[in-house]
Amino acid sequence: MPDSPAQSPSSDAARRLPRPWDNPAQVPFIQIKGLSKRFDDVTAVNDVSLDIFRGELFAILGGSGSGKTTLLRMLAGFEQPAAGSIVIDGVDMTPVPPYERPVNMMFQSYALFPHMTVEQNVAYGLRKEGLPRADIARRVAEMLALVKLGSLGGRKPDQLSGGEQQRVALARALVKRPKVLLLDEPLAALDRKLREHTQFELMNIQDQLGITFLVVTHDQEEAMTLATRIAVMNAGRFVQVGTPAEIYEFPCNRFVADFFGTVNLFSGRVAGNSGDTLSFRADNLPGVICAPATTCQTGDEAWIAVRPEKISLSKAPPAGSDENVFRGMVWDLAYYGNLSLYQINLDGGHIIEVSVQNRVRSAQRVAEWYDEVYVYWGKQNSVVLRE
Amino acid sequence: MQNRDMPLPVSGRWWRAGAIAIPYAWLLLFFLAPFLLVFKISVADPVVGQPPFTALFPGGGSGLVHISWDNYRFLFEDNLYPVSYLKSVQIAFVSTLLCLLLGYPLAYAIARARHPWRNVLLMLVILPFWTSFLLRVYAWMGVLSDHGLVNNLLLWLGVIERPLKILYTDLAVYLGILYSYLPFMVLPLYASLERLDPDLHDAAEDLGAGPLTVFRDITLPMSLPGIIAGSLLVFIPAIGEFVIPSLMGGLDSLMIGRTLYEEFFSNRDWPMSAAVATVLLLILVLPIMVFQRYQVRERAGVQ
Repeated sequence: MPDSPAQSPSSDAARRLPRPWDNPAQVPFIQIKGLSKRFDDVTAVNDVSLDIFRGELFAILGGSGSGKTTLLRMLAGFEQPAAGSIVIDGVDMTPVPPYERPVNMMFQSYALFPHMTVEQNVAYGLRKEGLPRADIARRVAEMLALVKLGSLGGRKPDQLSGGEQQRVALARALVKRPKVLLLDEPLAALDRKLREHTQFELMNIQDQLGITFLVVTHDQEEAMTLATRIAVMNAGRFVQVGTPAEIYEFPCNRFVADFFGTVNLFSGRVAGNSGDTLSFRADNLPGVICAPATTCQTGDEAWIAVRPEKISLSKAPPAGSDENVFRGMVWDLAYYGNLSLYQINLDGGHIIEVSVQNRVRSAQRVAEWYDEVYVYWGKQNSVVLRE
Repeated sequence: MQNRDMPLPVSGRWWRAGAIAIPYAWLLLFFLAPFLLVFKISVADPVVGQPPFTALFPGGGSGLVHISWDNYRFLFEDNLYPVSYLKSVQIAFVSTLLCLLLGYPLAYAIARARHPWRNVLLMLVILPFWTSFLLRVYAWMGVLSDHGLVNNLLLWLGVIERPLKILYTDLAVYLGILYSYLPFMVLPLYASLERLDPDLHDAAEDLGAGPLTVFRDITLPMSLPGIIAGSLLVFIPAIGEFVIPSLMGGLDSLMIGRTLYEEFFSNRDWPMSAAVATVLLLILVLPIMVFQRYQVRERAGVQ
């Protein structure tokens, strides 16, 4: 963020919240109950329920066809649900047409009106409210200043860059001060550098205005950095809802573990579950993998997930415990500057990915192609998955 | 895209020059040259003979030029001509308006139809072109005549006691033009409505505009190029329409096409009819120039 002042953590409203979703006395701002939608013979959204709290920056993450856009369009009012209800700030939105909902949307295509100037685009919503001319002019100017477009008010959308168009779309959706701002893939059309910049700007604006944001995205990185909480969606249902760290570190199943970042998966059976340790016999792997104890029974089919950055790598066998130590050969490696990615072919033929932070300046690498290496990780880094 | 800015090889440059020259050559040969001929005849005097007008250079190589503006003067002295010009403009204008009123909802419905249906509906709009225009006009005469389909039906239903006079009235001309030119209105309208991003509609609704307001603020202005193109495509041929008014119109449906025809074939006054045609062309060029200016302004606004 080169040109916006850094925000002190104390102004970070959403993060200062004492996790309202953990407080049963807290009344949700948006309540989605049993929402379903069918198109012909495809169930786009299947009995979805969700509570979102005031001031949250909530992300719905899913691949194409997961139903996330349909859900967003139902919140905006463009689609009528087949079943279920949407309550925003205590008011049932189901019978309310889109033009009367206290909700505004930023479209993935931005949907700027090409025959209107930037100012006219931003003013459109206020004009439809019938506000006095002077108020409209003042609020439009304020909003354009907020998104740093003050000098471009007279331009047409075609005369703007992609990043500028994105900010006009944001300004146009925010100027009506909606209770909820819906964002459909807000950063998808921007290039990488601009995305990172815009991401922080979005968070700042959200903090300043205190509006509840609901972002729909297919990009797990975007969801993780933006959101207070994330709902992972697949085939019209929520698979897991939680904070980014909860979802990354404690995925509930293989779909989430795999969708969210990179993960090494071992399939196999539970070999023992005693005390605080679960021992796991993986297919095609000599030895056992240790994990924290769960409710699994011995003999249950399960999976162990380990993130690449949780695994250590060395050329000599580690001293001390031989828990979760496996021998292998460097199969492939990629140098990324800040870290190096290794693909290790373990004895037994299982190929896993290990990322190593390059913490010391050196042209030497921990290991080279075809070196014999040892990988190891603490048992708390093994995630046991039942499905 | 990549080789767009690269210099073309010499043969490519010739190709490009040739491709651009073809439409110009076409216009020169089939539009400008005939127009100059017509204009030349319009400033001659009628004579009995072959050809039936005086030469532009009566003295041969002596350089003497014979130009007469009598025909143009006569155009405004005899009120037959202003009346038929006005009648033509009126009929063309009203027909264009009718085409727009009927064609817009039609084009909108087609553009909003689901995909396989869209092509079927478009096909149905174009389908009448597959039979002869003249045949279709005769068919309409059969439908509208005193003992035609409409009158017989109304008589049979007991709605009327005597046949309505529809054929050989202005109403019949309007119906004929509306029917014949509707596709020319629908197709450009469809093209501009189909390109309209549905997100724009949703965005306007999201910002607080009801359905009618969305139409006024977004759909209508965004389809303006289609409206103008369609209106010109109907208005221009309709103003010079000859077949429909002479077959379906009454004696008072004196459109300029018919006046022109009579001047040329009945009176054999070539210079007079040439003058009528020249003025008609000027009347038509005016709206086209307005449209061009509008387009240039639109494009300048975009860049």
